[in-house]
Amino acid sequence: MLTFRCPYCGIDACETELAPGGEAHLKRFGPGSADADFEAYLFLRHNAKGVHFERWRHAMGCGKWFLAARCTATLEVFGTYPAQTPEPPQDIVAAIRAKRPDWSLS
Amino acid sequence: MSLRLPKGGRLIDRDKRVVFSFNGKRLTGFAGDTLASALMGSGQRIMGRSFKYHRPRGVVASGVEEPNALVNLGKGKTHEPNQRATTTEIFQGLQATSQNHWPSLSWDIGEVNALIPRFLPAGFYYKTFIHPRPFWKHVFEPFIRQSAGLGKAPDPKLQDPDRYEQFYAHTDLVIAGGGIAGLQAALEAGRSGAQVILCEQSAHWGGRAPVDGVEIEGQPAEVWIKNAVDTLEKMENIHLRLRCMVAGVYDHGYVLAYERVSDHAPQDDVVRHRLWRIRSRHVIAATGALERPLSFAGNDKPGVMLASAVRDHVVNYGSAPGERVVIVTNNDDAYRTALVLAEAGLTVPCVVDARARAEGALPKAVRARGIRVLAGMGISNIKGLRGVVAAQLCRQDGAGEVIEDVICDAVAMSGGWSPVVHLWSHCGGKLLWEKENSFFRPDPDKPPTDQNGEGFVICAGAANGALHAGQTLEDALNSTRKSLQDLNMPVSDQAFLKVSVPEEEKLEPVWIMPAKAGPKKRAKMWLDFQNDVKVSDVQLAAREGYESVEHTKRYTTLGMATDQGKLSNINGLAVLAGALGAEIPQVGTTTFRPPYAPISMGAIAGEARGALFQPLRRTPIQGWHEDNGAHFEPVGYWRRPYCFPRKGESHRDAVNREILAVRNGVGLLDASTLGKIIVKGPDAGRFLDMLYTNVMSSLKPGKCRYGLMCSENGFLMDDGVVARLDEETFLVHTTTGGADRIHAHMEDWLQCEWWDWKVYTANVTEAFAQIAVVGPKARALLNKIGADIDLSKEALPFMGWAEGRIGGFDARVFRISFSGELSFEIAVPASQGRAFWDKLLEAGAEFGATPYGTEALHVMRAEKGFIMIGDETDGTVIPQDLGLDWAISKKKDDYLGKRAQERSHMADPERWKLVGLETLDGSVLPDGSYALDEGVNENGQGNTQGRVTSTYFSPTLGRGIAMGLVRHGPDRMGEVIAFNTTKPAAKGAAPKTIKARIVSPVFYDPEGEKQNV
Ligand SMILES: [Zn+2]
Repeated sequence: MLTFRCPYCGIDACETELAPGGEAHLKRFGPGSADADFEAYLFLRHNAKGVHFERWRHAMGCGKWFLAARCTATLEVFGTYPAQTPEPPQDIVAAIRAKRPDWSLS
Repeated sequence: MSLRLPKGGRLIDRDKRVVFSFNGKRLTGFAGDTLASALMGSGQRIMGRSFKYHRPRGVVASGVEEPNALVNLGKGKTHEPNQRATTTEIFQGLQATSQNHWPSLSWDIGEVNALIPRFLPAGFYYKTFIHPRPFWKHVFEPFIRQSAGLGKAPDPKLQDPDRYEQFYAHTDLVIAGGGIAGLQAALEAGRSGAQVILCEQSAHWGGRAPVDGVEIEGQPAEVWIKNAVDTLEKMENIHLRLRCMVAGVYDHGYVLAYERVSDHAPQDDVVRHRLWRIRSRHVIAATGALERPLSFAGNDKPGVMLASAVRDHVVNYGSAPGERVVIVTNNDDAYRTALVLAEAGLTVPCVVDARARAEGALPKAVRARGIRVLAGMGISNIKGLRGVVAAQLCRQDGAGEVIEDVICDAVAMSGGWSPVVHLWSHCGGKLLWEKENSFFRPDPDKPPTDQNGEGFVICAGAANGALHAGQTLEDALNSTRKSLQDLNMPVSDQAFLKVSVPEEEKLEPVWIMPAKAGPKKRAKMWLDFQNDVKVSDVQLAAREGYESVEHTKRYTTLGMATDQGKLSNINGLAVLAGALGAEIPQVGTTTFRPPYAPISMGAIAGEARGALFQPLRRTPIQGWHEDNGAHFEPVGYWRRPYCFPRKGESHRDAVNREILAVRNGVGLLDASTLGKIIVKGPDAGRFLDMLYTNVMSSLKPGKCRYGLMCSENGFLMDDGVVARLDEETFLVHTTTGGADRIHAHMEDWLQCEWWDWKVYTANVTEAFAQIAVVGPKARALLNKIGADIDLSKEALPFMGWAEGRIGGFDARVFRISFSGELSFEIAVPASQGRAFWDKLLEAGAEFGATPYGTEALHVMRAEKGFIMIGDETDGTVIPQDLGLDWAISKKKDDYLGKRAQERSHMADPERWKLVGLETLDGSVLPDGSYALDEGVNENGQGNTQGRVTSTYFSPTLGRGIAMGLVRHGPDRMGEVIAFNTTKPAAKGAAPKTIKARIVSPVFYDPEGEKQNV
């Protein structure tokens, strides 16, 4: 039963208040895109054992979507940020690097 | 023979007799007894039978770890199987029955299993399943069904009358365990001001320190414990819970605790169990340690117990398993049992110590009482069929040659102690093998981590490996201080308490007794008492190639019973390590999973049962439906009327009557559950163009348009009518079950992909009541109640909408139809829904206005060939499959699902497509039937070429009608194909099929003349 701090409400929300949304920062491929790009967008996921960027919605709270960086192995949460963020923010990348020197944003 | 001692028993009150029954026999115990101590005190040695071999078993332990003494408690409604006699406090009138016996506890036919030694070896179930099916069905299954199973399942027809509840709590610290370590931790945390929940699973504080004769600060432990509890009770920040077991530790400091509120004193109006759902910053596991059995031949016979459990029963309850008790050990601690027994006036013929020397303070004290201590010795075998008659002694380093028979009626064994590391391990804490003490203990460098990546569980006292009471309190204080410092809370400067207990010498690990025992002996050494797993089974698994401890567990069922291997795990994996020639840490442990000990299903459900199982959504008109005999069906959280049967009318007759009333007169449908979402903003049209497969931005205010919504995967997920309210406002209607899901879908795309688009959404489903007035007389009815809107065909044509007042109500009228009839769907504010419904009914009487339910709605839409989300779609169907190409824009560059629908599989002409189906004999096709094709597939199954998606009896047409998906269906109009059925065929004959003709899915009014009026 995970907890995440909703970046909108500022409260620590329990997993029962949240709805999961899978991997974050996917780039949408629409009509005209190559089969390989579309396949990757729709189906291929990092499935990382380690740092994972993921989408959550504060469904039973403010209703907002937000993004989180979480280690899938230790469950450490490096930070949460609004969904309207095209790539992981610098402060969160720094927080991850501080704890995981070998990690790189791929 | 087990017995009650003439005096002693610190937890019982000999002045209060308690009458209970066991297998119908009336027995007496004392207040404070457990069922196990009361049975022992009544001379009842056999308390149950084992799972596989049905061997007679007596109590072996004194707490939740008990594998043998499991009983059925209660009768009828309160019957509950697999209750541990050792943790069941007796009360007046308690009824218990033994388990796993057939036909009786003392004479059991399953005992014969054990006489066929090769019958159920390791991997028995796996090997059996490989046998040919008839052998399994006729030989094994009847036998296993009759003899297997733990306890008797409660009767599913009876409702548990007891109440259960759940509490939520947030706290700084949960301390699991109320022994001296837990109390020490609570005192220190209490002084720091931390909010603490201290849970003790038993009914008493202090753990086993009083039994073990520990002295704290120069006084008996009992005195210190009482003072500690008194102090803690006065602290407002400390919450003490007895009979409350911390069952599991989960992600980010989530803790479940299971409180048995009134099991010990059942009474009305008191909740039985309470499940605590706690969010704690830290957890201190002061969970103690469990004693390990020794593996010698016959170690499962009634009367063989853990040495600590013998001690507990004598000191706490004045009950003893026998009058002549042999002690067998590999450590000093078990000598305490010899001293306790001697003190109680019982005979200890000898202490058998597997170690080469036994010269510590405790062995010396035992010798001083004149008790024989035999070092370097072990037990070769236990004589006796249904109880201990004699222990046959041998040298530990030999193969078991008997040196001496010692007459005795009980054996107290100790193979050392294992810290209870379950709570540490539940959420990922790692363990260290401590060779010099032969146990796994928490690895302080690898704790379970929380959301900050910091350890949040710490073990204290014996659970941390500080087994000796001299170290326990010191370790508990150190652990608590570390925890408080992590939480940025103050720690005290109090000195460590002075604890006096005799020094103990090292134990010698003994995994098999005697060390060189042959195969015959190893087949009589039990590891897992409940599941009947022996040393020979684990060794067989190793020989058959099972190297992983997790695989061995499943293959042998070691540790898979209700006790989850609390006694057997370490011995089992040590035997496995020995058989594999590996070190114990290389073999590792199996995973510790919550709950620590079984918790009741009632506590898990809490109040969520019956009417409170899930929330119920009610339309403003629900009361009328209930008062008028509606037959309801669940649709999401709603309960919608399926039909309104009249007195003596079947549901089917009611549905048929309702349909004909609509087709010939006028019907009223409560459509309030229909999803209603406002989509508003300058970019609303652009947004809806992405959401729907067709174009919505070109819709004119005052008009409605039907649309299809697909997932990005291309599959059809919802449909409905969109009304444009004004230039930048749309009202989106979704299916009843789809409103929340579609609203979330919209928000997902708006917030996460097109967040710069200026669009707002609001789910207003419950803000409006919506009533469909449907049928050729619909307009006459509305004109009768009066409207300031022109409802004529010319002013308000099909697929138009208007706003105004109808019958004095504020209303929006939509000319949309799901039945093919003249139809007005009228939305009014929810608060006026019931009044509007009543008015329509009253005014409609002269037109025969008839309320109708969802089934009539479904049949009428099928008569018109309209698809239904969830019938024609199942998450694998695209709009093109349903002949809905007309609702898919060719002009738009993009919409959700467009790219997916271009994939080769989606564009495959072989995809099954929607058609109508008419049986040749007019009967109704079975729902879900498949259209049969020639030939067989690679698995030898008959090929198929289509399936039925909706099937009904149409009262309008007087015959069965159906819709289905069929390969090349639309090109095969008029062709007859066969559908399978589940009807039984005559023996040897081909299965029965039903023939149906492929037709247009529009069975009724194909030109749409009825709705365009
Ligand atoms: Zn929020």
